[in-house]
This record gives sequence, C-alpha cells and structure tokens, in this order.
Amino acid sequence: MILVAVGVFVIGIGFSVLWSFTSSKLFPTYDFVGLAQYRRLWADSRWLVSVNNIWFFGLMSITCNMVFGYLLAVFMDQRIRQEDLFRSIFLYPFAMSLIVTGLVWQWVLDPNLGLQAALRNLGWSSFSFAPLVDADTALYALVVAGIWQGSGVTMAILLAGLRGVDEEIWKAARVDGIPTWRTHMSIVAPMMKGAFATAFVLQCVSVVRVYDLVIAMTGGGPGIATSMPAVYVIQLITVRQNVGQGMAAATMMLLPVLVVLAFGGILLWRRNREASA
Amino acid sequence: MTAGQITAIQPVQEGQDQAGAGPFGPKPRRISAGRIGLYAFLVVAALFFLIPVYIMIVTSLKGMPEIRLGHLFNLPGEPTFQPWADAWLHACTGRDCNGLSPGFYNSVKITLPSVVISIICASVNGYALTFWPYRGANLLFGLLVFGAFVPYQVVIYPLIIGLSSVGLFASLPGIIIVHTIFGMPILTLLFRNFYAAIPVELFKAARVDGAGFWRIFFHIMLPMSVPITVVAVILQVTGIWNDFLFGIVFAGRPNWPMTVQLNNIVNTTTGVREYNVNMAATILTAAVPLIIYFVSGRWFVRGIAAGAVKG
Repeated sequence: MILVAVGVFVIGIGFSVLWSFTSSKLFPTYDFVGLAQYRRLWADSRWLVSVNNIWFFGLMSITCNMVFGYLLAVFMDQRIRQEDLFRSIFLYPFAMSLIVTGLVWQWVLDPNLGLQAALRNLGWSSFSFAPLVDADTALYALVVAGIWQGSGVTMAILLAGLRGVDEEIWKAARVDGIPTWRTHMSIVAPMMKGAFATAFVLQCVSVVRVYDLVIAMTGGGPGIATSMPAVYVIQLITVRQNVGQGMAAATMMLLPVLVVLAFGGILLWRRNREASA
Repeated sequence: MTAGQITAIQPVQEGQDQAGAGPFGPKPRRISAGRIGLYAFLVVAALFFLIPVYIMIVTSLKGMPEIRLGHLFNLPGEPTFQPWADAWLHACTGRDCNGLSPGFYNSVKITLPSVVISIICASVNGYALTFWPYRGANLLFGLLVFGAFVPYQVVIYPLIIGLSSVGLFASLPGIIIVHTIFGMPILTLLFRNFYAAIPVELFKAARVDGAGFWRIFFHIMLPMSVPITVVAVILQVTGIWNDFLFGIVFAGRPNWPMTVQLNNIVNTTTGVREYNVNMAATILTAAVPLIIYFVSGRWFVRGIAAGAVKG
C-alpha cells in the first residue's frame, strides 16, 4: 500500500517531467523537443504574470499571516477571559473550504452588494472600495481572504509554542528589568524556532497550492491579473490542451519545493551528524 | 511566593519601567488600561473573523428585493427560509436545477469510503514503519515526507492518464483512490509519530509471547490508537469534504462533490444572481466541516498541530 502511494508520486513526477520535454498536445506523445516547451513557457506573458503573482502573494500573505498570527498568539497568552471563545472564533474559518472562503470575500468586496454599497447607503456616497474589479488591487483582496482563512492556524501553532516557554524565563527577564517586548523579541521568539518553522512550512505549502481560493474569488481575473502557477497548469492541460507546456510549468512548480526540501534535509542531516559526533 | 509575585511574572504588555518600582506593588490603573487595549484588539480581530459570516447568514435570510436596497448589515426585515430550500433543491447550474442536494450526497459517497480506506492503510503503514523496519523503510519514509509537499499539479496529469487507462477516470472509485493516495503521506506520518512514542518493550513482549504482525496490530496497537484515529478522522473528513481540485478533475460530472456544485451554482454566468440563494448554498456547504469543528473542539486544534509536525 505504501509502495503504491509512493510509487504514484515518484512515477507521476517522472512522467510529468518526461512529458515536459515532448510536444504533447491533448494526449501525451513521445516526440521529444528538448527544452522548447520551457522556452515557450517563459515567453508566455500569462505564465510570467502567474510567477510574479505567486511571489507577491506568497511574500505578502506569509508575512501578514505570521505577524498577525503572532500578535494574536501573544495577546491570547495574556490569561484573558473567554480564551476558548476567542480561539474558536479565530480558528473557525480554517474549517471551511477555500471555495467557501473565496465566495464569502467575493461578496463582501462586491461593489454592488458588499462593503462599498453598504457604506454608500449609510451616506458616505464617495466611498469607493472595490479591490476585486481592479487588476492592481485584486491580489491584495486574495491576501486578505487568505489571512482570514489561515491566520487562526498560525495563531494556534504559535500559541502552543508560547505555552511551551518556561515561566522561569519570564520571571528572570522581569527581575533583570528587561522590557516585555524585548523579552519577546530577543528571548522568547528565538526559543520558538520550531513553532515558527512549522507555521512557516504550512504557509508555504498552502501558498504553492493556492488554487481553490483564486478560482472561487476571481477566476484568475480581472483579465489574468490574479492568475497563479497552479491555475495556469490546470488551464493548460484542460482548456488549452497543451500538455507539454503544462508539464513544463508543473516541473517549474516542483523546483522550488525540491530546493527547500533539499535544504531542510541537509540541515537535518548536519544536525544528526553533530548529535552523533 | 506571594500573590504579588504571581501577578508580576505575568507578561503584561506595558511594564517597561516596572523593574524600577520592583516586582511588587500591582498597578491596577495601568494594567487595566493595557487590558482594555488588549481586549479591544482581540474584539476587533474577532469582528474581522466574524463579520463575513454574519453578512452571509443575514443575507441568506432576506428576499431579493430587500438585498437590492443594499443594507448589508441590517437584520432581515422579513426573515424567510425560502432561499435555503431553493439552494438545497432548485438552484441551477447551467440547465440542471436540482440544487445542492445531489452534491451533498456525492460528497458523502466520496468522503466516507476515502476516509475509512485511507485511515486503515495509513495505520497499518505507520505501524509497519515503526515496528517492522524492513530494508529501504527509511528511504520510503523520506519519499513519503516528500510526497506531503509535492504540489498536486505535478502529479495530476499522469494520474488522469493512469486512471483512464484502467477505466477509473471520472468515476466514484477513481476519486476515492485519488483521495486515499493523497491522504497517505500525512496520515502515515501522523500514525508513525504516534506509534514511535509507544514503548518498544510492549512490542517486544508481545513478540516473545508469540504474537505475529496482525495479532499485535489488532490486539495491542489498535486499541491504543483511538486518540490518533479521532484526529485522523477529523483531518480527513474536513480535508476531503473541502476538496475542490480533485473533485472537479477526477470525480466526473455525475459525482461532482458539493464544493464543485457550489462553485458552479454561484459562479454561473446565466440569469439573475440570487445572492440569498448563493449564500444559503455556501453556508450549507460549509456546514459539515463547521459542525465537526465545533463538536470536536480541542481535538481539531490537536489535529492541526499533529498534522503540522512533519518529519
């Protein structure tokens, strides 16, 4: 069973890479054309936009998510009342599908129905807020929706990390007269490396895979303004029936994952070696 | 240790110059000001999380004329459950007007077998990896970790070709197989990490007593794995229920799950947009994982944390 699962991944990736070197259209062929598909891929403006988008979206949403999630975790850690209630509220969007998230925010930001219409009705007639119909701002809207869905998880992970920090450290820092925010920045945060790494990895995985959210919220539009690599690949192999180029794009998606994993693997290996030495 | 000390070690937000005054002597006024800021932040954050769903629920209970007035935040003047009934039974995707209910049953038909099969496989895998290390087990495990990170898009097309060559593409068994395969990495990791925490002596004692692979699994490991199984069930049910990509690619039109139906209903371009029906449909789709979330409570958080511990 495990062999089947692993086999599917390995063989699947193998074929994807193999077909990326062929001129496959609707069905795979074995007519090898070298790197031609990659050249065409990097000449395609839609792909270039997608790559730019994923970088922008990734950096924005991971940064915001981490900062917001950490703030929430720190505030949650102040022995507040109703902690369970707050926790439930912060975390419940994560239980929902990204399709649902995308649709919810599509409505909230809908110019004729959502916030803009509501505030204009209250008398603020010049109020203009319709990020989804503007190619320059649609990505920000996706980031906000992503934060809405995902920052609760970051909060939960970081809160668990905070709770794992020894009370004695807080005591010691206080006795030494170190301000609370400095204790956070210089002592506690470095101790939570593991929790931060976990949250970060989770974020990265979800950013690379972001597909549902885009489909439900913008469909990649306006125009191609919010296209993403994941959307691009699916489009190529279904609508545009250009499997060779789609597989080239998929292979490009795999590369950063490989690099990060190799990096992590080397770090782990070195740590193990140090531990055994 | 006095009560004063206990309050002093609390990480209060603003306590920059408290050290000068010594750790004793609580400062109620300052602390309460800080507390107000603290709660204000938390409440604002909570509103950010709650408002979209409030809008959805309120709008789904309004009639269309009332929605066109544009009072987004108002409670419904004449609450009606008609949109909910429409969403369930009559909402249209293209020319089919059967509502969401077929999607719901499809999702159930997809989710139940996928969850059961994938958890059975993963628990056996995790058990074998932990206690019966065979040649290449570490390599296999490494590849499995890798599988948890692979972008789906890389494997989708070969899977389509593979499944259609055995005639399972766009069918119920096909989508179940896909979910089982893609659930395998994370679930196996989950079970492996759980079994790795069990003392090996237990396993060795059973071996000495003559128990074999399956006997140890069924009589010793399985009864102990209830908590991790609950976590795995929560993880899988919500994950598979919320899936969109695999559903739309591998299930085939008659078996489209609820999320796909929902997206089709809402993002359909023909006809008048019935926002109330759309929102009711969205809430219905989100209902199953939300119920699981609220019922399972802390288990859900644990599931995330456990799922997050990779490698």
